[in-house]
Amino acid sequence: MTAIRVEDIIKPENLVYKKSSVLTDVPMHYCYGCSHGVVHKIIAEVIEEMGIQGEVVGIAPVGCSVMAYYYLDIDWMQAAHGRAPAVATGYKRVNPKKYVFAYQGDGDLAAIGTAETMHAVNRGENIVMIFINNAIYGMTGGQMAPTTMVGQVTSTSPYGRDIDLNGYPLKITELIAQLPGAAYVTRQSVHTPGNVRKTKKAIRKAFENSAKNIGTSFIEVVSTCNSGWKIDPVASNKWMEENMFPFYPLGDLKDSTRDDANTYMVQKLKK
Amino acid sequence: MGDIRLMKGNEVIAEAAIRCGCDAYFGYPITPQSEVMETLMARAPWEETGMVVLQAESEVASINMVFGGASAGKKVMTSSSSPGISLMAEGISYIAGAELPALIVNVQRGGPGLGTIQPSQADYFQATKGGGHGDYHLLVLAPNSVQEMNDFVDLGFELAFKYLNPVMILTDGVIGQMMEKVELSDFKPRLTDDEVEQRSGHWAATGKKSTRKQHIITSLEMISERQEKFNQKLQAKYARMREEEVRYEEISCDDAEYIIVAYGVSSRISQKAVVLLREKGIKAGLFRPITLFPFPNKRINELAGHAKGFLSVEMSAGQMVEDVLLSVNGQTKVEHFGRMGGMIATPIEVVTALESKLIGG
Ligand SMILES: Cc1ncc(C[n+]2csc(CCOP(=O)(O)OP(=O)(O)O)c2C)c(N)n1
Repeated sequence: MTAIRVEDIIKPENLVYKKSSVLTDVPMHYCYGCSHGVVHKIIAEVIEEMGIQGEVVGIAPVGCSVMAYYYLDIDWMQAAHGRAPAVATGYKRVNPKKYVFAYQGDGDLAAIGTAETMHAVNRGENIVMIFINNAIYGMTGGQMAPTTMVGQVTSTSPYGRDIDLNGYPLKITELIAQLPGAAYVTRQSVHTPGNVRKTKKAIRKAFENSAKNIGTSFIEVVSTCNSGWKIDPVASNKWMEENMFPFYPLGDLKDSTRDDANTYMVQKLKK
Repeated sequence: MGDIRLMKGNEVIAEAAIRCGCDAYFGYPITPQSEVMETLMARAPWEETGMVVLQAESEVASINMVFGGASAGKKVMTSSSSPGISLMAEGISYIAGAELPALIVNVQRGGPGLGTIQPSQADYFQATKGGGHGDYHLLVLAPNSVQEMNDFVDLGFELAFKYLNPVMILTDGVIGQMMEKVELSDFKPRLTDDEVEQRSGHWAATGKKSTRKQHIITSLEMISERQEKFNQKLQAKYARMREEEVRYEEISCDDAEYIIVAYGVSSRISQKAVVLLREKGIKAGLFRPITLFPFPNKRINELAGHAKGFLSVEMSAGQMVEDVLLSVNGQTKVEHFGRMGGMIATPIEVVTALESKLIGG
């Protein structure tokens, strides 16, 4: 019996998985267990599979993913904190044929940039918005976010988020789903292979929607931040499942490609 | 002869934008400049030239929309008045830091705070010294007629693209609101995507081609050595502007003993004051900076050699006067005269101020 050689294994017909060509070789600066890198990878794969590398631009936020542009080999803009939806609007309006996506954290999208978020979606901008909800301000060292859970300890809620002092965690995705401009609103996660596949499907659908001019596609990814939460990656996944999923349940909140409830496109057609 | 009309300064900004091939205007209503967007919306240029006009949810949003459009290498602009420009400060700093071309119009009103909707020139520091954070400058144009409101839109875009730097038209509620005869510019078509690629394809985010590296429009640099180098590059750009872009107008300065320095509407008032002073036998002249940054330091310094005194006339507590002082550099006397809070000086007041501050006493 002859031994199996490496050359016998590395053959095109045996290839089941490879790094996306849209991902650069720059080592990501993210912490082990962070969700950002996984979502980057998914976006890269979708761009590659759709063959739109030359037709897509990304807007990086201020937050841990501020340097997302080093990792995806496409043209990028880096927006001021919270303003990615406005930057995306400005770009898309003068370049309506391009695929435009804004990538934002919860502080960026749901605190300082709430107005830009709501109004971009309400205008039905034909953009993709990817929202990484890790319930904390990762980049600045773990302060309370608008999405921080009640009782969650952060550096600015050291005794736990207190609703009398800080109010409730903001379900901005539920608000977004109310807006006629939103074509597709979904909440996903990337903590298991199954969830990664679902998120990828959602992101693909979002990019396809933006070519159909049916309004904004909005994807929340409930995410972990083990550095900010100060628990290890495995425990972080468990903490997220136990604490975040009941409050931020996964699944589609709105899909106007299926049901036509009060959407931007329906109203446009009626007009 | 071009198209001659009687129009408001603000309306002309809108018309000039359409005619010079502007790709997009993003704005938010504020007195005394709302006619800019109102005129654009009524003209509906998207049907004529394809120009986008969008009312944003705030000035914060409009300046960041400008950031997005400019990143694509397009000719984009916004306009506002003082409080709105304050809101834009962060975005303007990002635009300067990302080296994007953009046109911003500030039709000044009186402040601080909500202040008054009446005209003012109290945003001079904000416009010429930065306004937002970090070491940056806008190239600042100061029209003093409705005609220049027309001319400076096209010029502003030319300069913005030449230097890849935001350009501000710093005007005021009088120039914005008053009607004057204006010869409108001829129509220039908007650039096609190919032309945009030709002009700005070496830096703009136009979609990554397999033939080039990715383009990243950012103002972020985590390595201090590189950030300092970048700042030095910006400073070199501003030095080049100081060499090449200084613009000013001199009226009766050749033999003048007393020189009034004034821009915008104050220069119109001061021009009359010069006539009145000459009638009284006082050799007065008017020096009007057209670019406020770069400021005409050299020329003022030369004039200071044979003048007995300078009077800076501004509708502020005295802001441009600091640049006049730096330019004159101690050679002769420099005084300030100004009204504030929306009050407009009369030519007689300027005459009296010059007599009492520079000649008498
Ligand atoms: C105007 C402004 N305010 C504050 C900051 C500081 N800052 C940088 S990132 C950040 C929070 C980011 O948190 P999030 O959006 O949740 O993203 P994450 O880092 O968790 O991915 C803050 C407050 C800033 N850069 N600009």
